[in-house]
Amino acid sequence: MKKTFTWLLAGTVCLVSAAARGQDEVVFNRDIRPILSENCFACHGPDENQRQADLRLDIAENPLVTDLIASGNPDESELLARVLSDDPDLVMPPPEANKTLTAEQKELLRRWIEQGARYQGHWAYEQPVRPEVPARENAIDFLVGRRLAERGLTPSPEADRRTLARRLSFDLIGLPPSPEDVDAFIADESPDAYEAFVERLLASPHYGERMAIGWLDVVRYADTIGYHSDTPRNVWPYRDYVIRAFNENKPFDQFTIEQLAGDLLEGSTQEQKVASCFNRLLLTTEEGGAQAKDYEARMLTDRVRAVGTVWLGQTLGCCQCHDHKFDPATARDFYSLGAFFSDISEPIIGHPGPGMLAPSEEQAAELERLQANARTLQVQYDRAPPELAEAQAAWEAQVLAEAFALKEQWTALHPETAESAKGVTVQVLEDDSTFVTASPAEGTDTYRISATTELKGITGLRIDALPDDRLPSKGPGRAGNGNFVVSEIRVTSGEEDAVAIARAAATFEQNGFPAAAVFDGESGAGNGWAVAGTAGRANTLLLEFAEAVGDGEETVLNLSIEQNHPGNHVLGRFRISATTQQTPLKLPQQTLPPAEILAIIETDAAERDESQQARLTSHFKSVTPLLAELRASLAAANKAVADFEASLPRCLVSVSMETPRTVRFLPRGNWMDESGDVMQPALPEYLARVTDSLPDENGESRLTRLDLARWIADESNPLTARVFVNRLWKQFFGVGLSKNTDDLGSQGEWPVYPELLDWLAVEFMESGWDVKHLVRTIVGSQTYRQVSTASPELLTEDPDNRLLARQSRFRIDAELVRDNALAISGLLVKRIGGPSVKPYQPAGYWENLNFPQRTYQADEGENQYRRGLYTWWQRTFLHPSMLAFGAPSREECTADRTNANIPQQALVLLNDPTYVEASRVFAQRIMEADPGNGDPIDARIDWAWREALQRPPRDEERAIARSVYEKHRAEFAAEPEAAEQFLQVGLAPLPDGADQPELAAWTSVARIVLNLHETITRL
Amino acid sequence: MNPLLDHAQHLARRELFGRAATGIGTAALASLLARDGLADDSSTGGLKVPGLPGLPHFAPQAKRVIYLFQNGAPTHVDLFDYKPRLAEMHGQPVPDEYFAGKRFSTMTGDPTGKLMLAPVEPFAQRGESGAWVSAFLPYTAAIADDLCFVKSMHTDAVNHAPAISFLLSGGQLPGRPTLGAWLSYGLGCETDSLPSFAVMTSVSKGTTCGQIFYDFYWGSGFLPSKYQGVKFRGSAEPVLYLSDPPGMSREMRRGLLDDVARLNEIKLQDYGDPEIATRIAQYEMAYRMQTSVPELADFSDETQATLDMYGPDVTEPGTYAYNCLMTRRLIERGVRMVQLMHAGWDQHGSITTELYTQCKDTDQASAALVQDLKQRGLLDDTLVIWGGEFGRTPFLQGDINDRPKWGRDHHPYAFTVWMAGGGVKPGLTYGESDDLAMNVAKDPVHVHDLQATILHLLGIDHERLTFKFQGRYFRLTDVHGEVVDELLA
Repeated sequence: MKKTFTWLLAGTVCLVSAAARGQDEVVFNRDIRPILSENCFACHGPDENQRQADLRLDIAENPLVTDLIASGNPDESELLARVLSDDPDLVMPPPEANKTLTAEQKELLRRWIEQGARYQGHWAYEQPVRPEVPARENAIDFLVGRRLAERGLTPSPEADRRTLARRLSFDLIGLPPSPEDVDAFIADESPDAYEAFVERLLASPHYGERMAIGWLDVVRYADTIGYHSDTPRNVWPYRDYVIRAFNENKPFDQFTIEQLAGDLLEGSTQEQKVASCFNRLLLTTEEGGAQAKDYEARMLTDRVRAVGTVWLGQTLGCCQCHDHKFDPATARDFYSLGAFFSDISEPIIGHPGPGMLAPSEEQAAELERLQANARTLQVQYDRAPPELAEAQAAWEAQVLAEAFALKEQWTALHPETAESAKGVTVQVLEDDSTFVTASPAEGTDTYRISATTELKGITGLRIDALPDDRLPSKGPGRAGNGNFVVSEIRVTSGEEDAVAIARAAATFEQNGFPAAAVFDGESGAGNGWAVAGTAGRANTLLLEFAEAVGDGEETVLNLSIEQNHPGNHVLGRFRISATTQQTPLKLPQQTLPPAEILAIIETDAAERDESQQARLTSHFKSVTPLLAELRASLAAANKAVADFEASLPRCLVSVSMETPRTVRFLPRGNWMDESGDVMQPALPEYLARVTDSLPDENGESRLTRLDLARWIADESNPLTARVFVNRLWKQFFGVGLSKNTDDLGSQGEWPVYPELLDWLAVEFMESGWDVKHLVRTIVGSQTYRQVSTASPELLTEDPDNRLLARQSRFRIDAELVRDNALAISGLLVKRIGGPSVKPYQPAGYWENLNFPQRTYQADEGENQYRRGLYTWWQRTFLHPSMLAFGAPSREECTADRTNANIPQQALVLLNDPTYVEASRVFAQRIMEADPGNGDPIDARIDWAWREALQRPPRDEERAIARSVYEKHRAEFAAEPEAAEQFLQVGLAPLPDGADQPELAAWTSVARIVLNLHETITRL
Repeated sequence: MNPLLDHAQHLARRELFGRAATGIGTAALASLLARDGLADDSSTGGLKVPGLPGLPHFAPQAKRVIYLFQNGAPTHVDLFDYKPRLAEMHGQPVPDEYFAGKRFSTMTGDPTGKLMLAPVEPFAQRGESGAWVSAFLPYTAAIADDLCFVKSMHTDAVNHAPAISFLLSGGQLPGRPTLGAWLSYGLGCETDSLPSFAVMTSVSKGTTCGQIFYDFYWGSGFLPSKYQGVKFRGSAEPVLYLSDPPGMSREMRRGLLDDVARLNEIKLQDYGDPEIATRIAQYEMAYRMQTSVPELADFSDETQATLDMYGPDVTEPGTYAYNCLMTRRLIERGVRMVQLMHAGWDQHGSITTELYTQCKDTDQASAALVQDLKQRGLLDDTLVIWGGEFGRTPFLQGDINDRPKWGRDHHPYAFTVWMAGGGVKPGLTYGESDDLAMNVAKDPVHVHDLQATILHLLGIDHERLTFKFQGRYFRLTDVHGEVVDELLA
């Protein structure tokens, strides 16, 4: 079944080798393509529908272009003439395009033409080739160093061990190093001290957490569905899969295949299925008014964009409506790529459901044990010993006798009118019962029933509340749990004559809702007869009259049944019968079996068929006292299984349908237009062609997600490795080698170090897609180890540090800001994985969440102190502290977070209870620190600095901290109540007998430390 | 956002600190930054930032925008768009030719056979301009001569969230920058103690309609997050995390912030890292918000006459009237755009009931805001826009015999908005729907046209305010939009 693909090299014309490139040579991909792409391709590029004058400038195989350019002769070049023209009718780009070329760009075009106007295929579509690097040279340092030398720059010196320890810790595990680790690293004089430090971090279970953060952004992982109600869904086992995959160093090709098509792998494991949750991470809706076709189109689009961003670095979203304006991707490519995912079983409108059980190994074993226990009991229950058959025969006889007696004594009343005061439609069924077809407005109602009877001396009525499959929980009431509350019943005979009720009884009375309440004169909510806990079963209310009514002529009986308990606590189906028995009336001793079973009993045993007999026996077993104990054990065992299952993690996964949804080409992306061709799954034509096993006419060898996954993860794919390597580079240097990590297409950036990106991509693939090897390679370089301070010259020459003559410094990610504060305070709970958690959040932040309304309940205990990546990711209302520090809402795949520096960040660090509490707990630890022999206050300040920043404070820093301590100590001592209030923030307990002004003063010092720029900066 | 310019300013500021930082307290630092204009550097990410170079593109008529966004879609048929024929046809089926080939919400599905529903309240022509306003809105009616009605609005979306997103961001899906974010990005921020783009929300009393205010209604999309709207909440803490921890006095807070700044300055001197300077500025900005916002929300300096004008709800935080007065106070303090969103207009089955409450909650305060701005001379350069995401069907949703449950469904093919101040023609009624208010009959104004016009009033050419994202230049008006010249004063 495996198909092989090769790469079609798009428009390769001439590849200039890196070494041959001199200072003066104009290189198409580096110098010219960005100019043309920016200014020309929109009208003279790949998009056929927008193309003007039939001129296409993105490929060379075009005689028109050859003529226009006049390569080698800039003076004769029409293209150049048009670009240089002053005539508004002639100049290109035309004035209405609002684009102008700079003098420098015009000069580049001239030189390019002069040098022969050589085209290149777009760099990222060419197979990466490993550039030559001298033996024993570190490739990264060699390739960077060579370019720096050309620019007259030299690399910066290596940073000190303290800085390196902190940098490596944030970059590789996302946590600050302990002062002890730093000291040991500084003291380690062995030649491989650095490598050993890196290895320790790579082996840490927190490495997977750190690596997961970026991956979860790019796959748009979140805990909620995204659209409209934005309700929760089960996906966290996927997040844990990602963490585990990085920790176990799962090869990246395998990681890729499992996520796109883990469910399609032969004999796929639970883990591989959980990985395929990737396909379910998109935004979905359960809005009633939404249109299925609309959302089907949105979901397809969402998935294609995801594949484009996550693996291909292609902005395929453009092709939803038209051929790409800058890259050779077409709209047909878009829909045929989308068709790969049309096999996934899912509701288009509606909640995606709970998903597959995803127990841990221990949980799976426990589940099996519970299930085995239930199976054993079931086998016992299913046995049919002779004594049981005897008992059944006796029971049948008893039921027959009782049914006979009841029929004799009770006469069902046929309602002539049956009405709901709220206007709900009411039906009278063949068995004379009344069925109420819908729930009433405001959830309460009064029924009025009239029936005529010729009985003489009626002593009472009975109302049978009957189950029905059409009712919630099968009734008999219309409340969600099948319950009802009959508040008050009034009976009249004829027009006016009230019939007094002397006594009421029932076969079942809910605690606090006795039968007698139906004639107590009270009819408000909370008062009446109810039967909670008996859903799906019949129950009977008996009303005994004070005086008999009915003279044997036609008597009209009118019943008014008031039901005033809100929430649809009204009867759904019921039957009224009358009796002339002597009082006191008796309730049936035993509730009769359902009509269906009674009918079987009334059938002669010899005439019952097998299924009837089986149903009868099954019912008998369910009621006979002989099996009561076994029934209880079995029910308990089944409940144990169900309860345990309900407690187990579940995860949405990909499940392939036999018949995939039909995918049509949507002209201009319009989902209402159904005129487009039916699309089969196919790889983007501009990137690949299938060399064998093409799908045949019948679509029998239709390509699957697994084919797509294998093509993406194939070494012949020029994009996958580059895209991942480029994103990883950003993690370690703050910016990718090509700046737009989500776009390696022609609108992306020509990489600063294309040879380096290629070297790393090839190294990555040849290592067997070994991610830890790649990480090790990058952080092992001298380039990585440089100081991040910039000389004024370097700041002028390369302000954004694209040339890498130094390291970059940047604020740590939103999650790490939190992790860092919790780690410094000592509050951090380092447990890996599990359901998402809810840190403190301002009250009312979710007030606008609706369908249903929700109240945010912050976690208590350990879950309050978990790492940031476990934070509950509510797409429409992401935790405000996360948002402030630039965490994306993950409605879209996000390869680049913004690293903004905004005032809200200051407000979060100052006032979010998480940080106030962390300061207080940090202060407790500061106070416990061993003051040594020196000044105890200075010693504690020193200790605090080392915990947070892994360095001692400078004298002036110590002096400032000391003055804070002294000022606040005095102020809190003068106002002990203020100290007490201040220390109340957060759930962490206060130490017994704490000196509160002292603790509050140190909390202020700790707050200052947590608010320092350096504390949240990776240098 | 010129990186070279940014960088030059970083260097300049670094030199400043290098030479003179010793002994400067933060207050002095802040005033230095402010005086020499360095705090205006957009790269500081602070509150007070200039706009893009070259913006505005031409002289603006309006400097500020107030969008009184009526979530849920007010019924144009019952409020503004008077059609005598609709009353004549009350109870008759909607003629086929009015809806052929059109899509309605899944609640209506196919409109065939739906019955026309006459306006519930009488209409009258108001003021000298003679604009039609129904009896539902007496206060709006009284200021009709100040308003410019556009009766030929139409949109592409039929459900709330996509349509609201479309009006505010130009795209139906979440993820594009909204109008306020574009304005902050393009024109910068004029205030140094408040954000440039403020948002408030309210819900009508006792409404049964469950509308959601999603964050993306005021999101910055792919623009940097500093441009997103800051939500002012109708509660004790109008801005998130604004309040100090309990027990922390104002003086202690000031001292603490000064100490943080002094410590950061030491590092700034060491490294000259512009990000540190930005961080120092941001703490100062945070402090200013902490001091200015409580004062902003303190209405004790308003006269009784002003309070009365806005109506009895004005002192109750979280109400529409309260938000309207807050809007004026924000505008006075230099906020560029206030987006005030009020939900509860989704009358699927409550045209004869909840619509009255809805109008009562909003009519007086909307009109008061326009008058208040006018009295203070602010209306001339403040553009006020009132309107929802679409209109409501001229035909009935519900049972014609059950008047208490009469409703109207979503209707994107014609609806009305009004504007005031900021360079629009007062007393103008522009565009027309057909004789049943079903479709636009004359001078159609698409959502993108409205957006282009709003930007034009602010001195912005909508085709030239763009941002490159995912390989494409995006703008508020997508690839459409024409300025409606006839609306301009």
